[in-house]
Amino acid sequence: MSAVDTVAAPVKRPWLSPINKRRWQSFKANRRGYWSLWLFLVLFVLTLFSELIANDRPLLIRFKGEFYSPIVSDYGEETFLGDEGFLPVTDYRMSVVQEAVAANGWMIWPPVRYSYRTTNNEIPEAAPAKPSWMYPKDVRCQRYPQGVDDPNCTIGNWNWLGTDDQARDVLARVIYGFRISVLFGLILTAGSALIGVSAGAMQGYFGGWTDLLFQRFIEIWSAIPVLYLLLIVAAILPPGFFILLGLMLVFSWVALVGVVRAEFLRARNFEYVNAARALGVPNRTIIFRHLLPNAMVATLTFLPFILNGSISTLTSLDFLGFGLPPGSASLGELLKQGQRNLNAPWLGLSGFVVISLMLSLLIFIGEATRDAFDPRKTFK
Amino acid sequence: MSAAPLLSVQDLSVAFSQGGMTTTAVDHISFDIAKGETVALVGESGSGKSVSALSVLKLLPYPPASHPSGRMMFGGQDLLALDENALRKVRGNKITMIFQEPMTSLNPLHTIERQIVEVLSLHQGMGDKQARARTLELLEEVGIREPGKRLDAYPHQLSGGQRQRVMIAMALANEPELLIADEPTTALDVTVQAQILELLAKLKARKGMSMLFITHDLGIVRRIADRVCVMTKGQIVETGPTKEIFANPQHSYTRHLLAAEPKGRPPVADAAAKTVMSGSDVKVWFPIKQGFFRKTVDHVKAVDGIDVAVRAGQTVGVVGESGSGKTTLGLALTRMISSQGKIDFDGREIDKFSFNAMRPLRREMQIVFQDPFGSLSPRMSIADIIEEGLKIHEPGLKVAERDRKVVDVLREVGLDPETRFRYPHEFSGGQRQRIAIARAMVLKPRFVMLDEPTSALDMSVQAQVVDLLRSLQAKHDLAYLFISHDLKVVRALANDVIVMRNGKVVEAGPSEQIFERPQTDYTRALISAAFKIETAPTGVVSE
Repeated sequence: MSAVDTVAAPVKRPWLSPINKRRWQSFKANRRGYWSLWLFLVLFVLTLFSELIANDRPLLIRFKGEFYSPIVSDYGEETFLGDEGFLPVTDYRMSVVQEAVAANGWMIWPPVRYSYRTTNNEIPEAAPAKPSWMYPKDVRCQRYPQGVDDPNCTIGNWNWLGTDDQARDVLARVIYGFRISVLFGLILTAGSALIGVSAGAMQGYFGGWTDLLFQRFIEIWSAIPVLYLLLIVAAILPPGFFILLGLMLVFSWVALVGVVRAEFLRARNFEYVNAARALGVPNRTIIFRHLLPNAMVATLTFLPFILNGSISTLTSLDFLGFGLPPGSASLGELLKQGQRNLNAPWLGLSGFVVISLMLSLLIFIGEATRDAFDPRKTFK
Repeated sequence: MSAAPLLSVQDLSVAFSQGGMTTTAVDHISFDIAKGETVALVGESGSGKSVSALSVLKLLPYPPASHPSGRMMFGGQDLLALDENALRKVRGNKITMIFQEPMTSLNPLHTIERQIVEVLSLHQGMGDKQARARTLELLEEVGIREPGKRLDAYPHQLSGGQRQRVMIAMALANEPELLIADEPTTALDVTVQAQILELLAKLKARKGMSMLFITHDLGIVRRIADRVCVMTKGQIVETGPTKEIFANPQHSYTRHLLAAEPKGRPPVADAAAKTVMSGSDVKVWFPIKQGFFRKTVDHVKAVDGIDVAVRAGQTVGVVGESGSGKTTLGLALTRMISSQGKIDFDGREIDKFSFNAMRPLRREMQIVFQDPFGSLSPRMSIADIIEEGLKIHEPGLKVAERDRKVVDVLREVGLDPETRFRYPHEFSGGQRQRIAIARAMVLKPRFVMLDEPTSALDMSVQAQVVDLLRSLQAKHDLAYLFISHDLKVVRALANDVIVMRNGKVVEAGPSEQIFERPQTDYTRALISAAFKIETAPTGVVSE
C-alpha cells in the first residue's frame, strides 16, 4: 500500500452506528409500531402540559393594565375584587371574579375549564351527570344564573365525557390520569432498570460467590407477597405517589436481573472482552463499554412490557383503593366509579378506552422494538 | 467418466435478496461428479463454494435465497424442481453431508447412539435392535475404538476428531451415493485432519461413493481429489484433473492460490539479544473438587512445569495439538490467569503482581487472539477499538494526536486509514486480523503473544499475515510468543520451538533442529501431518 502523505480531515462519524441505523429502519418498517410510537408521543407530550389544556384557572388575565398568569402563581381575591375579596386563592370560576375582570380587561381560558379536582356546581342533574352534548342547550345551562344567556354557558364549560359521582369533569381527570400513569410507569421502569441492570451486571460479571449469594437473596426476596405488604404499609404510612413508587421499586427491579445476568455470563468470556482485559482496561470500563451494550438489547426488549406492567399495577391498586391518595387523578379510581355507577356508562367506558389505548400503544411499540433488536429476523 | 455423471450441476446461480438489494453469491456455475469420483471445490471464504454445496440439497434459507437459473440433475431428476417431500427422501439418504463444525452439528442433548439410530429408523425404518447393531458397525467402520462404550456418550464427551467421525458415521448410515463434505477438517488439528482425510478416502474407495469436497486448503485437495473446480467470486474459473491443475495452472487466480502458502524463514536468531519474557517452571493446575466439602482430590495439569525464554526481535513457537496447554501457557505468561512459577518480564518478577499492578505493564505485552471475528467488539468502530488501549495508557493524549497514531498504525498494518470509522463487520477475516494486530501495535509493545493468529484465516491470507508479522517484528524489535498447531506457519516465523503435549514439553530447541531432525515420534507425527498430511501410527497423537 502506498503511503499517503496528507491525512485527510477526519471523516465525520455518523450519528447512529450502522447497527442502530438498521434497527431503526426495521422499527420503521413495522408500521403499527411506528405509528403507535408517534401517537403515544403526541399524547404524552400533550398530557405533560395538562395544566394548559384542562384547568380551572385562566391561562392569562389582563386586569387594569397588568398581566396575571394564574397558572404559574396564586393571586388572592383582593387582587381582583379589592376589599370584597377575602379568599387567599382566587376561584376564577366564580361569576363575581369573572365580572370584575371583564369590566377591567380580559382573560383567556384553557379549552377545558376544569381541573381534575374541580367540582362543577352547575351540572343540570344529580352527579354523575351525562356528557354535556347529550343535553339540549336549555337543560345544560339551567343552573347558571342567567340560564342560556349566561356568559358561562359556553363550550369551554362542557363536560365532554360527563362528570363522575363527585361532579368532577371526566375528561380533565382522564387527561391528568394518563399523565400520572405514564409518569409513574416511566419512573418505576427507569428505576427498576437501573437497579436491575446493575445487580444483574455485578452478578454476571463477577460470578462465583457474588452470583450465588445474590441469586439466593433474590429468590427469597421475590417470594415476599407484594400485595400484603402494600396493605400493611398503607395502614401505617400516608398514601402518596412517591411512597407507592418506592415500595413498588423495591420489588420490581428483580424482573431484569435474570436477563442481564445471563447476558453478562455469556459475554464475559467473549474474545473481545478478553482482548480488552489484555489491554489493561479496568473492570468498570469493560462492564460499561463492552458488556452493557450486549445486555442492553435484552433490557430494551423488556422495558416496554415492564412499563405496561407498572401502569396496570398502579391502576389495579387504585381500583382496590390502595393506590394514590384520594382525590388524585387516577384511572383506576375512574374504573371503580364506573363499577359503582352502572347507570353512568360514560365513566366505565372512558376509563376502559383510555387505559386500553395506552396499554395497546405501548405493547405495539414494545413489539416493534423487540423485532427491531432481533438479530435473527430477516428483512424482506 | 463414460457413463452419465452422478450429479450434474448445470448453469446454477444463487442470489440473496436483502432489504431490496440482490446479491449474486453463485454465478452460473456448472460441474459434473461421476460415480466414485471426488471433486473438490476450492476457493477463499466468500467465493460461494459453501453456498453451491448447500444448494445441492436446497439447505439455504429460502425466501432470502433463490435460484435465478440452473438445473441439478441427480439420478434422472432435477433436484431444484423437487418439492420438500421428495427432497427429504434424497437428503440424508442418497446425498448426505458433513459440516465444518463438529461441535455444533451434533445435538448436545442426545447420545451418539440416539442420533445415529434416528437416521437409520427415519430412512430405513429399522427397529431398535437392528438399528443398534448397525450403529455399532458404523462406529467401528469410522474408526472409533471400543464403539460399545461410546454409544451412550454425549457429544461433549468426545474429542473434535471423534465427533467428526460420528458425523461421518451418520452420513454413511444410509449408504449414500454422494457425500458432500463442507470443510470437514478446518476446525480440527492438523494431526486429526490427516486422520479424517485418510478415513474419508478409505471409506470412499470401499463403498464406491462419490464425494464433493469443499475446502480452501490446496494441500488437502492435492491429497484427496480427482478433479478440482477453482471458485472465486461466485464463478468457477478453472476445472480439471488435480494433477494438471497443480502442474500447469491456467488461470491467474489458481496460480495465486498455489503461490499463497506461508513461506519464508525467520531472521537469524541473535543469541545475545536481551531476554524480554521468561518463565521458569511455570505451572497452571486447575483443581478437581469433589464431595460435599469440595475437597481438592486432584488437579488438571494444563501447564506442568515449563521453561521458556523469549528474546527481543525473536520468536518462540509453541506447538502442539489442542488441549496440550499451549494457550494456557501464553495466558499464564501474560498473567491473564494465575499460575505458579517464576515469570520474569523485562527484569521484573511479575508472577506476584496483582491485576491492578499489572495494568501499566499491559501496554508492553499484548495479545493477538485467534478469532478475528470474536476479538473485535461489533459495536465499536475500528478507530474506537484501536484507541481503547491508548486512552488507558496515555490518557494525556489529545484527540488529534490519538487519531494520528491510529492512522499511522493502520497504515503500518496495511489498511486504509480512511476506513477507521467503519465497523468490524464491514471487513474480511484477514483485514480484521490486521485490525487486531493494529490494536496491539499502537501501544508499541515489546512482547506480543500471538494465539493462533492465522488458523481462522484462508490459506492465502495466512501468508500475508505471516509476512506482516515478520516485518513488524523486524521494524520494532518485537518478541513474539507464537502459539499454533500448524507447523507450516510456525516454521515461517519461529526461531525456537517448544513442542507441547498434555502440559509438558516434549521437545524444545532451535527451529532448524526441530524441523530437520525431530527427536520424538510426536514431533515427527506433527510435522508429517502438517507438511504431507500423513497420519502417524496409532497412539502417537490423539484422535
